Amino acid sequence: MKKSFLKLSALTIAVSIFLLPLWAHHGNAAYDTEKKLTVKGTVTDWFWANPHCVLQFDATDANGQAVHWSTETENPTTMSHSGWSKSSFKPGDEVTVTMITVKNGKPIGRIVEVVLPNGQKLEGRVIPALPAYNPEEPPKQ
Amino acid sequence: MRGISFTLVLALLSFSAGLCAQAGAPQWGGVARPQTATEHDAAPAPRHDISGTWDPGDNGIQQLGARNMPEDGRPEHRPSFTPAGQQALEHNKPSNGIRAVLPSETNDPVVTCDPQGMPREDLYELRTTQIVQTPLKILLLYEFGKVWRVIWTDGRELPKDPEPRWYGYSVGKWVDDYTLVAETTGLDERTWIDRAGRPHSDELRIQERFHRVDRDHLELTVTIADPKMYTVPWVGLDKLRFDLQPENFDVREMICSPSEFAEYNKLIGVPASEKSSK
Repeated sequence: MKKSFLKLSALTIAVSIFLLPLWAHHGNAAYDTEKKLTVKGTVTDWFWANPHCVLQFDATDANGQAVHWSTETENPTTMSHSGWSKSSFKPGDEVTVTMITVKNGKPIGRIVEVVLPNGQKLEGRVIPALPAYNPEEPPKQ
Repeated sequence: MRGISFTLVLALLSFSAGLCAQAGAPQWGGVARPQTATEHDAAPAPRHDISGTWDPGDNGIQQLGARNMPEDGRPEHRPSFTPAGQQALEHNKPSNGIRAVLPSETNDPVVTCDPQGMPREDLYELRTTQIVQTPLKILLLYEFGKVWRVIWTDGRELPKDPEPRWYGYSVGKWVDDYTLVAETTGLDERTWIDRAGRPHSDELRIQERFHRVDRDHLELTVTIADPKMYTVPWVGLDKLRFDLQPENFDVREMICSPSEFAEYNKLIGVPASEKSSK
């Protein structure tokens, strides 16, 4: 029972569709910015480097198949401003990752949020899209 | 006497503690303090002095192109290109903005860790910047790429027929007590002006206007002039605001490492760009 619960918890636990305005630092041409996916898995590697940090983890999909995810944030400088660090993750950590995913169906994502086993949340850098044009306002990014 | 000494030690300790509180405890890899909205309590700017460690916050990242001319499709943000400029623009394939291509299709020079050069150092990933002044020159030490450049203030003229450089040749003059204007020419044509792929030629001339508003705030305005590419000069940055950081602020490394970039491309860039597997 416990095993099946664990297996169940390792499945994709939520898929939601909504409008996610986002301009990523290195571009979003490859990403479907309107879908957000939440996946629970086990960390295999945490790459704390430029141009973007990459969190890799193993999970199981809805069909019971093993999936290896590669998910990116932004660079260490930017992420350190949001409380991330080189020691944020280690192999074996159980994480719940919310992300947007690439359009081609590969298990690749851009992190919106990661929840650690102790409940701590690490937020990705989601930069809002440009606001609606108003000639009275100066341009903003 | 003993009482006086004790009082003196206490006073010195209090003074030291005050200094520490002002600058914060020394630490490595500092996080810049948040931008302040007003300067009502800041001391006046010192004369002819833009030295310090300055942070523009997220406003310096400029992922859509020059902050005041982002490539967002709005006509007022589009520089006025010459026919040659339009042709050069179309050759450049950025990975951000309305012309964004997939990561594997971009020809942005920085993805191979080529130097950003000027004026892109001002117009993309402009982060915590250390400015050091000597009687003859001003050194700018940039966080992104861990690169530096010199603005000469010793009265020399710009070179007449310079060998192109990634960061060009820069001279500066104080136009009033608080404003330094720097001109830069002699730029390598391989660089882009900004993240959006705006092109430039060997006739590019950049004006940077550094204005120290008060002790704690600096503003930077950058104007692009290149008659081969643009019919009129345009302002890429208009009074971008920097906040002064404590003197003991330690700036992080932010280096483009070819081996790290290759690993990123292996894990994300290349597979994200492949055709659909569905």
